[in-house]
Amino acid sequence: MTERVDARGLSCPQPVLMAISKMRELDSGEIEVLVDNATSKENVTRAGQKSGWQLAEIKEEGEEYRLLFKRA
Amino acid sequence: MLKKNIFATSAGIIAVGAIIGILAPMLQKLGNPGNMGVCVACFGRDIAGALGLHRAEGVQYLRPEILGFVLGAFLAALAVGEFRPRGGSAPLARFLLGMCAMIGALVFLGCPWRVILRLAGGDGNAIFGFLGLAVGIGIGCLFFKSGYSLGRSVKESTGIGLLMPVVIIGLLALRLTFPPVADQAKSGVLFYSLKGPGAQYAPLVASLSVGLVVGVLAQRSRFCTMGALRDLFLFRHWHLFSGVLALLVIAWAVNMALGQFKPGFTNQPVAHTQTFWNFAGMTVAGLAFALAGGCPGRQLFMSGEGDGDAAIFVFGMLAGAAFAHNFGLAGSPAGIGPYGVAAVIVTLSICLFIGLTNIRKVGS
Repeated sequence: MTERVDARGLSCPQPVLMAISKMRELDSGEIEVLVDNATSKENVTRAGQKSGWQLAEIKEEGEEYRLLFKRA
Repeated sequence: MLKKNIFATSAGIIAVGAIIGILAPMLQKLGNPGNMGVCVACFGRDIAGALGLHRAEGVQYLRPEILGFVLGAFLAALAVGEFRPRGGSAPLARFLLGMCAMIGALVFLGCPWRVILRLAGGDGNAIFGFLGLAVGIGIGCLFFKSGYSLGRSVKESTGIGLLMPVVIIGLLALRLTFPPVADQAKSGVLFYSLKGPGAQYAPLVASLSVGLVVGVLAQRSRFCTMGALRDLFLFRHWHLFSGVLALLVIAWAVNMALGQFKPGFTNQPVAHTQTFWNFAGMTVAGLAFALAGGCPGRQLFMSGEGDGDAAIFVFGMLAGAAFAHNFGLAGSPAGIGPYGVAAVIVTLSICLFIGLTNIRKVGS
């Protein structure tokens, strides 16, 4: 099951804090992070990869980004 | 597949820091005050003076760099589809944080950008400003770890997002309509300093051009002096900090080349030697910037991207500058202002109140 983190409308550093918190909680699996600005997209991507999660997919939907992270 | 933003890479952020490190000391060479090639706090204070929001005669000039910051970021955001009008996240708290940040920064005499430029110019007093900044941001990080949030912003109309760039264009129109006139303290509606830091400025074209270039680069790279320390403390991420380090090293090298590096503590340009208050002023500023989510430069860039919350913070800074000089809160080369101590206590209390009363679980 894909866990979801909704960080839309939140400013730095909250999207990263929320994403990392979920990554630590799960340790492996799939996490979808929703953000609504390019800065958060870049920050969460960078933080996820540094935490050992693979960025499997980025989808831009209107003004939102869906970032799908995976870790085996 | 989304396009990669090269400015947001490690090489990109270092390059942006280095370019600012070249441009800022050049502006000093062209006429800006010492170790003040670019300073959002000082220049915001000068703009408040030019508009007559305070009447401190030595610090009145409508600084084109600041206008360029917002317009450059606006144009960059527009060009790459990142102009996204948004707002509504605790505007009054952000206004007050902007005021507190400005007042704290003016006790020290400089924003985080100027902390770096003062260090690069050899001003030892800035070491204590930097330490204060780090402590303030560190306190902010503790709030974030405890669940601090000012809440979510919401999407706003294009017209709302355009308001800040329109205001800035209006200020630019004022500057062009009422240019400085030799030996006159007023030109049309604008106030001009005849002596002091406000009377020292680079030519309009240079100031505005540098502002625009920095605005574009900083919007693309997300350059943020507060975020640099915050990300280091919270996540051990060096990304933004590497840009700030590049700014420091390159500005130092350019200062050496231009003969602007003068190491020491006394007689530094637009600076005082009251160590504790240099530290305490920037502690307040650092905490306020952290709680509001960006250094003053970043707030200007975000306001250009359509972020109304950042724009509110910017207007808070202008109001803070007016109070700082009308109430004798701001420092000067002679030392802190007559009410500088009270200013630090009150602004720190306001920041702590906002921090403590906004700890919540935002959830996912």
